[in-house]
Amino acid sequence: MDNSEVFFYSAHKINNMLKRREISCVEIVKSILDRIEKVEGKINAYITVEKESMVREAREVDEYISKGGKIEDFTGIPVAIKDNICTKGILTTCASKILKNYVPVYDATVVRKLKEQRYILVGKANMDEFAMGSSNENSCFGPVKNPWDLTRVPGGSSGGPAACVASGEAICALGSDTGGSIRQPAALCGIVGFKPTYGRVSRYGLVAFASSLDQIGPLTRDVEDCAALLNVICGYDESDSTSIPAEVPDFKSFLKEGISSMRVGVPKELMVSGIDAEVREEVEKAILSLEELGAYVEEVSLPHLEYALDVYYIIAPSEASSNLSRFDGVRYGYRNKDAKTLREMYRKTRSEGFGDEVKRRIMLGTYSLSAGYYDAYYEKAQRVRTLIINDFRNAFEKYDVLVSPTSPTPAFRIGEKIDDPLTMYLSDICTIPVNLAGLPAISIPIGLSRKGLPIGFQIIGDILREDNVLRVAYSLEKAISFNKKPDLGFLEVL
Amino acid sequence: MGKISKEEVRHIAKLAEIEFSEDEIEKFTIQLGRILEHVAKISEVDTKNIPPTSHIIEIKNVFRDDIVKKSLSKEEALANAPEVMNGGFKVPKID
Repeated sequence: MDNSEVFFYSAHKINNMLKRREISCVEIVKSILDRIEKVEGKINAYITVEKESMVREAREVDEYISKGGKIEDFTGIPVAIKDNICTKGILTTCASKILKNYVPVYDATVVRKLKEQRYILVGKANMDEFAMGSSNENSCFGPVKNPWDLTRVPGGSSGGPAACVASGEAICALGSDTGGSIRQPAALCGIVGFKPTYGRVSRYGLVAFASSLDQIGPLTRDVEDCAALLNVICGYDESDSTSIPAEVPDFKSFLKEGISSMRVGVPKELMVSGIDAEVREEVEKAILSLEELGAYVEEVSLPHLEYALDVYYIIAPSEASSNLSRFDGVRYGYRNKDAKTLREMYRKTRSEGFGDEVKRRIMLGTYSLSAGYYDAYYEKAQRVRTLIINDFRNAFEKYDVLVSPTSPTPAFRIGEKIDDPLTMYLSDICTIPVNLAGLPAISIPIGLSRKGLPIGFQIIGDILREDNVLRVAYSLEKAISFNKKPDLGFLEVL
Repeated sequence: MGKISKEEVRHIAKLAEIEFSEDEIEKFTIQLGRILEHVAKISEVDTKNIPPTSHIIEIKNVFRDDIVKKSLSKEEALANAPEVMNGGFKVPKID
């Protein structure tokens, strides 16, 4: 059997091969490492690659399997972890100078759960600093390139995790999503990305950005891998006080149920005027496919979604300004060594340690929370947020899922929006409302633009109804059968 | 709502414990002003009798039994500190 492209296989395919003893874990890891050797120089998807431990752990997994050890879904599967998720003994930088030397003394809950399955950690993936950004240009380790076109952004903030999976530098990845940071890069890189219900996955060990919005989730090659990875990472955790004590179903069990007579709503506020014509065309085709598969589709209005971006850019920076006050040069991370007094040390450490976008958001948040502005900004935003949540609640009384584009445009050029924060923020206009309401949502690839850039489709479910999202995603994935991969050899010539 | 002066930007920077050069103050005043102008749109929404969101689902206080468990050792807690002295975090003189 020709296994020269193992790095492009899905986790479930590799899992079957391991079970049939058609491949060893060492072979899988070598395939990934060879691929990294070839393409990482162009893509810059990783901050840290765990080359040596990968080979050692692969040998251990092979030995474990040869002794009859149980092969679970992620046993021996190479996974990339976004660099804001703590890994014990392994650098976790959040792509920030202020955490450039931070080595956690504990594992995030999601990492512990993957370790229990004997997964293989490939490395820590690049990202926008502290997960703030939509293009992965805000990393102190340099921008990540989109594997489909190296002059374009991979999206953000999980640009590294998305690019790893798209380019074959990992089989799948874990990212975090505060306003679209898993779904938007997944869309721009032509892969699957899922943000679970707020509280479904423990945030213990995730470096906090905006605590009421942050959620960890999978980036994978297909919907089946996505469901399998959700099975591993979901579940109540007493170390996270916002964790939901709900039972976790076997997410894989819903995939093949079909979508006949499911009710699908298309929020007209998410088919915004700024949507690129090709994106609109592909999204409309996907909606037609849903009808052909037996779903009942209808346009719906959620009037307050119009304000979601504004609400988000008050609430997220407010929470960030509070969360990031802990970076003061005292307990961990970078410290300015020249300061003579404590306050001077705080100021110099933070001024030198944070990048521009992070400073911008800390400033915005500090302003929104400051005396005299709190009522007009922060509290008002939380009231409008209630109206957005109510809009979704009403819609889900009538529909099983809501659908939209994931991103209004395909991948844009590196440098195109970096000097214009407001235009950059608009790239998350379709994903942000979902975080404000804590809902589960997926992005799946549905086609390529004429320039060969991937286009993503978002499917949103009600609270804890990941099952409906996965059913629709799986059926649509099978109907569309998007199976294209970026041709990195070809792009080199351009 | 929606406008911000250079003076205010300097004040906010002080609250946030971040220093800016004059050029940066200039740039941030323009950028923050534009963002604040945009988000000010929410003031047109009628939110009378609408409570602010505190959590997206009904959640009660989370309690656990008060059982002594292993936590980080002192060495682990200090492992990432820029400076350590006598088993504590060392900082410059408090002004």
